[in-house]
Amino acid sequence: MQAITDIGGPAQPLLTITGLTKHFPLTKDALGGGSGVVRAVDGVSFEVLKGETLGVVGESGCGKSTTARLMMQLMAPTAGQIVFDGCTVGGRDLPLKEFRRQVQMVFQDSYASLNPRLTIEDSVAFGPQVHGVPQRQAVARARDLLDRVGLAPGRFAERYPHELSGGQRQRVNIARALALQPRMVILDEAVSALDKSVEAQVLNLLTDLKAEFGLTYVFISHDLNVVHYMSDRVMVMYLGQVAEIGPSDALFRQPAHPYTGALLSSMPSMDPDHRTEVAPLAGDPPNPIDPPAGCRFHPRCALAAPVCAQRVPVRTITGPHHVAACLVHEPGSGHPQAVAALAQAA
Amino acid sequence: MNTPQPPTEPMVVLRDLSVTFTGARKPVQAVSGVSLQVQRGEVVALIGESGSGKSVTLRTLLRLHPERRTRIGGEVRVAGQDLLALSGRQLADYRGKVTSMIFQEPLLALDPVYTVGAQIVESIRRHEGVTAAEAQQRALALFERVRIPSPARRLQAYPHEMSGGMRQRAMIALALACRPQLLLADEPTTALDATVQIQILLLLRELQRDLGLSVIFVTHDIGAAVEVADRIAVMYAGRIVEEGTARDLIRNPRHPYTIALLKSRAHGAMARGTPLETIAGAPPDLSALPPGCAFAERCGLATDACRAQQPPVIEIAPGHRARCLRTNVAAATAPVLVPHL
Repeated sequence: MQAITDIGGPAQPLLTITGLTKHFPLTKDALGGGSGVVRAVDGVSFEVLKGETLGVVGESGCGKSTTARLMMQLMAPTAGQIVFDGCTVGGRDLPLKEFRRQVQMVFQDSYASLNPRLTIEDSVAFGPQVHGVPQRQAVARARDLLDRVGLAPGRFAERYPHELSGGQRQRVNIARALALQPRMVILDEAVSALDKSVEAQVLNLLTDLKAEFGLTYVFISHDLNVVHYMSDRVMVMYLGQVAEIGPSDALFRQPAHPYTGALLSSMPSMDPDHRTEVAPLAGDPPNPIDPPAGCRFHPRCALAAPVCAQRVPVRTITGPHHVAACLVHEPGSGHPQAVAALAQAA
Repeated sequence: MNTPQPPTEPMVVLRDLSVTFTGARKPVQAVSGVSLQVQRGEVVALIGESGSGKSVTLRTLLRLHPERRTRIGGEVRVAGQDLLALSGRQLADYRGKVTSMIFQEPLLALDPVYTVGAQIVESIRRHEGVTAAEAQQRALALFERVRIPSPARRLQAYPHEMSGGMRQRAMIALALACRPQLLLADEPTTALDATVQIQILLLLRELQRDLGLSVIFVTHDIGAAVEVADRIAVMYAGRIVEEGTARDLIRNPRHPYTIALLKSRAHGAMARGTPLETIAGAPPDLSALPPGCAFAERCGLATDACRAQQPPVIEIAPGHRARCLRTNVAAATAPVLVPHL
């Protein structure tokens, strides 16, 4: 296994995703009715820059995990293109097996993602052997990595997954992801099942490993505090679409999309003297089977105007490296706030 | 059933509660000596990590542990009754009527083969001699109370036909069906999205206030606890290590474990790349607890005295207690919390 060389230079995004779409067909019910599609991911475009951590947030059903699985090519997209460092994934320059070596994933359920019949050393050494590394070398590397993630090989290498705690198992999954010397790691709710004190240990480990191996992370989580702490940029998804992408600090300080604002004010206040009095959003996240017309967020949005039910917002620049898909920010959209902003400017 | 009691007696009195599970090879000491009082109309949050004994303590208040494999010691009084003395029939009267519980995963707690409405009606009719029509009326009123949209139609729904937030509302309606005095909540919002979590927390707070309920709220999320609780008790390895008002614990934590827990939280005000403060090591094995403070092994302030025997409970201020010998030294290490916007 050779070291992987950078192809396009530091300015070229590591991953460019254009118009990514995944529709799941609904099976017909017993009477033959009720067919349709779940628009799990619907026209998502974004870039992952070299060496950054891109956070992805959104409610359940917003398509963040489906997006991760599509990025990993664990399922075939309905439409859309994935380009990795200038090469089309699955094309002649970058066959799928080679792509998978460069992009690895860590899942939420640390137990379900390990083979219960393999010792953790064998689990970590398995991937490199598939990619042609001789067994002894693969095992030696596995032991190095286990040591690196804080599991002394002398004590742990021969153990089976059920003999470890959740935090230890997640360390094994991280070691396994790194065994192939990938350039990018997708962390799909990787710390969500852990206790807070263990979560902090694993987050510190991820930060150290990123610096040591020059990794790029896509960090998916529903915990906004953790995403803010970990990410350079954050992408907010709503009902299978991108609502907002921006630098972490700017997005948390001054969210451009009303949905991002509502999401942020849903976080518990941590202040017993100023508890939250009104829930920022009513109701549950709606169903991606039959998304609302126009802007998909308009039925729950505090700023919604009649135009929001008719017109689909396009991505508009709202600040440096900061875009949002909201008619309020779209000049000429006909939204009262956009009209007012235009009048003020003139 | 409900013996009248002097109004001064707290709703819940736990005195030196211990719970030991004897099913495994070695007995597991899940709770060792928990004393706690919950007043009428008070909300107490039990917080702690997995294995701290918070859920075990909560389940004891409904006697949900398997009788043959569980040893319960100490005293448990709820609404003036000695809970450990109740026999089968009395226990069935007690559950749901005096005390009821909402769980983390409503899909597992609700019966999948009956409509939600039927389950509420059954519960009401089990405890009160009312007609089916009256019970149906009350179920409808409950669904309106927990603000389920189109309540009449939703009563006819099966649990799997509802969304996560809706199911949790339905479970709250079921728990309140027989007008209990004590509501136990076991991680009721952990499986929910943040936007739905805050709705459910606000609903619980409103119902608690309007109905004058006593609530014990178990969670691992300090943020959720601060949103609903008057008082917070922090558990570690089967003991309450610190207890006080939500304000005490957030602004003036004194037990090194509480302090470490608060410090290990990632929050927006921290710079990226600053390592989070972690708690080294892992919680102790509950089948081989050390003689001294169970946290000593992971505590930066621990001395030989901490390891020798159980530290006493120190009263820091009225109602603010910590089980630690080093509270004075610990105070200096407490974090300054920056609440986010």
